[in-house]
Amino acid sequence: MAKRIDVKDLDIFYGDFKAVEGVTMSVEPRSVTAFIGPSGCGKSTVLRTLNRMHEVIPGGRVEGKVLLDDQDLYAPTVDPVAVRRTVGMVFQRPNPFPTMSIKDNVAAGLKLNGVRNAKILDEVVERSLRGANLWNEVKDRLNKPGAGLSGGQQQRLCIARAIAVEPQVLLMDEPCSALDPISTLAIEELVHALKDRFTVVIVTHNMQQAARVSDRTAFFNLKATGQPGHLVEIDDTQTIFSNPTVSATEDYISGRFG
Amino acid sequence: MTTDIAAPEAPEAPRPTVSLDGRSGGRKAKNTLATVLVWAAFLLALVPLVWIMWTVLGRGFHVLLSATWWQKDQSGALPPGFDTNVRGMRHALVGTLLMSLLTTVIAVPIAILTAIYLVEYGRGRVARVVSFMVDILSGIPSIVAALFIFAAWVTTFGLKIIPACASLALAMLMIPVVTRSTEEMLKLVPNELREASYALGVPKWKTIVRIVLPTSFSGIVTGVLLGFSRVAGETAPLLLLAAYTPYLNENLFSGSMAALPTLINNQFLSINDPISGQRVWGAACTLILLVLVINLLGRLVGRLAKVKR
Ligand SMILES: Nc1ncnc2c1ncn2[C@@H]1O[C@H](COP(=O)(O)OP(=O)(O)O)[C@@H](O)[C@H]1O
Ligand SMILES: [Mg+2]
Repeated sequence: MAKRIDVKDLDIFYGDFKAVEGVTMSVEPRSVTAFIGPSGCGKSTVLRTLNRMHEVIPGGRVEGKVLLDDQDLYAPTVDPVAVRRTVGMVFQRPNPFPTMSIKDNVAAGLKLNGVRNAKILDEVVERSLRGANLWNEVKDRLNKPGAGLSGGQQQRLCIARAIAVEPQVLLMDEPCSALDPISTLAIEELVHALKDRFTVVIVTHNMQQAARVSDRTAFFNLKATGQPGHLVEIDDTQTIFSNPTVSATEDYISGRFG
Repeated sequence: MTTDIAAPEAPEAPRPTVSLDGRSGGRKAKNTLATVLVWAAFLLALVPLVWIMWTVLGRGFHVLLSATWWQKDQSGALPPGFDTNVRGMRHALVGTLLMSLLTTVIAVPIAILTAIYLVEYGRGRVARVVSFMVDILSGIPSIVAALFIFAAWVTTFGLKIIPACASLALAMLMIPVVTRSTEEMLKLVPNELREASYALGVPKWKTIVRIVLPTSFSGIVTGVLLGFSRVAGETAPLLLLAAYTPYLNENLFSGSMAALPTLINNQFLSINDPISGQRVWGAACTLILLVLVINLLGRLVGRLAKVKR
């Protein structure tokens, strides 16, 4: 189910602006990799290149390679729509579809891709909601609007929606930054459980969170505003937090910076 | 980022005393003045509206209560001065509804597709040109639109004018209205929803059809109904292309067809005759009522679409 990702010499552009430069890293399957770094250093930008969401933005383009189990996602024959089915994404702000019920939200990915069988859909909805630790809270109101849930529940609904299409990799862009501490804890526990089945990459601006949930941590930085961001180092979370190779990492983690 | 040397502090200036009790006199006066001005402007804007409603309802409402008004057309009417019977406007109401509906059927798909193109796909020069053409279209006087259809239909294609030609001309007026309102509604759909859909591996066109359009559905319907109301009251294209007839005609593809505005125009020629006057105000009243009903319908549709969420 889970796949590994290898990024090679990746430069990312918004039009003529080079936002990120020279990223080379690998993401292990069945693990949680956290992206940390100061705001604007390109964490979201890098994340969005991993499922080709970057090119949705007008002018967005990349140079370099992103390999998913040795297949280049940016090869000319690759269909970005198929990539996104394999590499799912959860966004910073919970964004359930406002016109749909809880159930339809979870089933959206399958339904919109042509699955009609009610029995299969019901099964997937239950499995995904259980997988997102939300089933017990919503099982009695599956036909109510998804927008009626609390922020934390909405975010878990979005996670359920993302895992319902059985991706190999799950990308999360600061999934807790709009949530209260209790909901944050619920999501963190969920991330921990998800890595049994998925390769998870999570962007966070919260260092404690990175330390709590991730196996490996990548630190991104920015030389100066207007300069492209870059990957400083990636290593086991333990190592990054206790004894990083680069001094800039240590400065950032200990708060002496930015 | 720690600094050991504190910035030299400016010598403390004497603080002005601040009174917390009540707003100062000057500000209070300005506030009152602004409130009065806003209310005066509001009432001033209300005057013509109330006046129109007062006049039209006062002169026309009793006509709507006449038994024949909704059931009969104007066939058998005597010349002005000889007639003692108002008769009906069924022919005009049916004509207005038929022609406006055909207009809607022609204009709405074009307008919505144009709006989708402009908001979801259009980039660069082509989009700018399309947008500019929509602007031009919305500036075209209705009578010019009618002349254009006449020229194209008769001169270029050599066909006979039929009531549907009026719908074509009206569609030219409705397209820019609905395009612009739909555009606004599509722009209101948060990009996050589109991205959420893309991230599920849903293609762009399906995202538009299944996520974007349903999300903005009630707003689009409201825009369509506003466009319908605008078109239902148009007169010039109907005069040129549908003419007027006192008889009920339910066929958009032959003969002449009456409409409420052209009925008003026809009877206005003898407005000094009390019976004609009743017909004019009765038709005006009916037209206002029609627009009102359409708008209420729009709100209802919007409400229902929301309830389903
Ligand atoms: N849609 C966009 N268009 C142009 N530039 C962008 C866009 N999104 C982000 N950027 C730029 O890319 C750089 C990295 O941004 P981002 O990836 O959002 O950083 P982070 O997620 O680490 O805070 C920033 O300089 C930002 O201004
Ligand atoms: Mg970000």
